[in-house]
Amino acid sequence: MSDSEDLLKTPLYDLHVRHGGKMVGFTGYNMPVQYADGIMAEHKWCREHAGLFDVSHMGQVKLSGADPAAALETLVPGDIQGLGINQQRYTMFTNAGGGVLDDLMVLNRGDHLMLVVNAACKHQDIAHLEASLDGVEVEYFPDRALLALQGPEAAAVLTKHAPEVANIPFMSAIDITLAGAQCLATRSGYTGEDGFEIAMASDAAEDVANLLLADDAVRPIGLGARDSLRLEAGLCLYGHDLDETTSPVEAGLRWTIPKHRRESGGFLGAERIQRELAEGPSRRRVGIKPEGRVLAREGVEIAIDGAVVGTVTSGGFGPSCDHPVVMGYVAKGKTGDAVDLMVRGQARPAQIVKMPFHPHRYYRG
Amino acid sequence: MADLYYTEEHEWVRVEGDIAECGISNFAQEQLGDVVFVELPEAGREVAQNDECAVVESVKAASDIYAPVSGEIVAANDTLEGDPGLVNSNAMDDGWFFKIKLSDPSELENLMDTDEYTVFCKG
Repeated sequence: MSDSEDLLKTPLYDLHVRHGGKMVGFTGYNMPVQYADGIMAEHKWCREHAGLFDVSHMGQVKLSGADPAAALETLVPGDIQGLGINQQRYTMFTNAGGGVLDDLMVLNRGDHLMLVVNAACKHQDIAHLEASLDGVEVEYFPDRALLALQGPEAAAVLTKHAPEVANIPFMSAIDITLAGAQCLATRSGYTGEDGFEIAMASDAAEDVANLLLADDAVRPIGLGARDSLRLEAGLCLYGHDLDETTSPVEAGLRWTIPKHRRESGGFLGAERIQRELAEGPSRRRVGIKPEGRVLAREGVEIAIDGAVVGTVTSGGFGPSCDHPVVMGYVAKGKTGDAVDLMVRGQARPAQIVKMPFHPHRYYRG
Repeated sequence: MADLYYTEEHEWVRVEGDIAECGISNFAQEQLGDVVFVELPEAGREVAQNDECAVVESVKAASDIYAPVSGEIVAANDTLEGDPGLVNSNAMDDGWFFKIKLSDPSELENLMDTDEYTVFCKG
């Protein structure tokens, strides 16, 4: 395990090490891939109780100015101007070719927007925002931490310290105080479970994490289980299931593009996206369930009747499903169709299935 | 008492007569994490020392398993198909992968004994 000096640390680095975190380099940060319990146990704990994730490596960016929502809509196909105060939405930065530069969360804070972008893309995203948006101030908060508390017991845990979170619905935000620190909590996450993402100043992060971890229902969860949880939930991982060549339509994210934006366009890459909405994309992201227990990972070819029709973009074992789970892009095939996964030269039978593999359990009020 | 050997790829070999039972070490299973799938060789297949002959998949990654010695595969541990977690819970016994009928016992001289392997893992 090399522990490179070049890697950045989040404010919770010492806490991870203290909890037995196995630290690895991830998008330039030294992050826990797992703790002592291991990925499988952490995954199941999060599905049954509550897991605490350090996602401080992600980028928190503030957009302010006269009308940041209208400006941001030139770069994303989502409905940003329609967001109520403290409402949050999932969308993506598109490029001129209709591909995806990054996927992100946008929160309306009244006089400004708060964005959460992927760690690997954050500097590129900020440069893109600064270069593209006139009259909008772009402010990056490298000294803010972000924790995710996820799982069926997350709300009960957080309510003990901040009763006002109890009834806020999925994809909304509220200001709370935890361990004496001002925090911004959103009811969102990346596991398919109910839960929260909680932003705070870096110097308060350890106190907040300790407060939450003191609860018997909460255990720390590493990046390994974060990946298997999101995969079972059918959620895209940028750089794998989404990239600069995949369009939101191909990715099955047309639900993020409201009718008025489909019609009027006005965002980068609208031409391709509108064409694909009208004519159908040439490939699309699907879920695949292998028949046996063989795993098919990123890069494995997907075939129908001996002809390659696509490629796996994410694959692994689903601990809650208790079977391997795969997502990939195919040029043909629909739910229920048989496909073969070409693993180490052998055709392994599988079936195109509906996602998510594990049902979402969001709190919608 | 059978003789126990280890490879630098963290496989173990337990030799009784001309049969070498092979698996992965406790150190290896700890590094891999939860094992969720094992692909085993067919009985009857001839393998040379260091040939890829099995695959172990953990929740993290796929790893190739190499033949620690040359010979014919005479058995594979089919129990692992239904219960791959045996590799984690009992790597040195119930979690065995395959058995090889030795074709060149002198190859065992290239392998490490338990003391040497313990030092190697601390490396």
